Amino acid sequence: MGQNRAKAKEAEVIDENLRRVYEDMLDEKVPDRFLDLIARLKASETADSESGDR
Amino acid sequence: MSADPRDEIVEHLPALRAFALSLTRNGALADDMVQDTLVKAWSKIHTFEQGTNMRAWLFTILRNTYYSNRRKAGREVSDAEGTFTDSLSEKPAHDGRLQLEDFRRAFVQLSDEQREALILVGAQGFAYEDAAETCGVAVGTIKSRVNRARARLVELLKLDDEDELEMTDQATMAVVSGRRTSGALN
Repeated sequence: MGQNRAKAKEAEVIDENLRRVYEDMLDEKVPDRFLDLIARLKASETADSESGDR
Repeated sequence: MSADPRDEIVEHLPALRAFALSLTRNGALADDMVQDTLVKAWSKIHTFEQGTNMRAWLFTILRNTYYSNRRKAGREVSDAEGTFTDSLSEKPAHDGRLQLEDFRRAFVQLSDEQREALILVGAQGFAYEDAAETCGVAVGTIKSRVNRARARLVELLKLDDEDELEMTDQATMAVVSGRRTSGALN
């Protein structure tokens, strides 16, 4: 039982730190290259559907 | 007015990048993976079931791309340049919690499969079932990977030493053990 509690404690410490590391990554600004890429993908699709009835 | 599910992709970009960085441990490689994933997601959108978890769907594409590249290369990509550990700024740990730098150094030593399982379940908050589906393995496999990942980190961070554990976040300890530290509220 004491063993289980120690394990739960360890898991909590690990996950707490993991979330802090992960949240730091989530806070990073998304580079413009990805937004540009999405815009290009969208645009190419619109061009396709306008140039023919697929 | 039929909404295009692809309009939702942009909302998942920060999580997709964080997942990619956790998996590859390398900023440049992570962003290449994200780019591949976006292009694939765009053209394979018909395989996405409306109403299901789009984030999990995107993660699946990304990790499949990563593992297929890894198979071709015949080995894990190493964190030789320390990009993962160096790419993020350090915040001072006034509260006595583990130094994030130490934690990152230990984290990058886990196997790809262990990092992936731990990030999905421990950080991203996926249910074991969703994580299992994302990784294409049984629920039991995910559970055991998460447990082994935590055990390995405990070992690397020497948390199994009682004194070390006492040095970590006291508030967390109090919650977990169900005890309040002296002088706590009420």
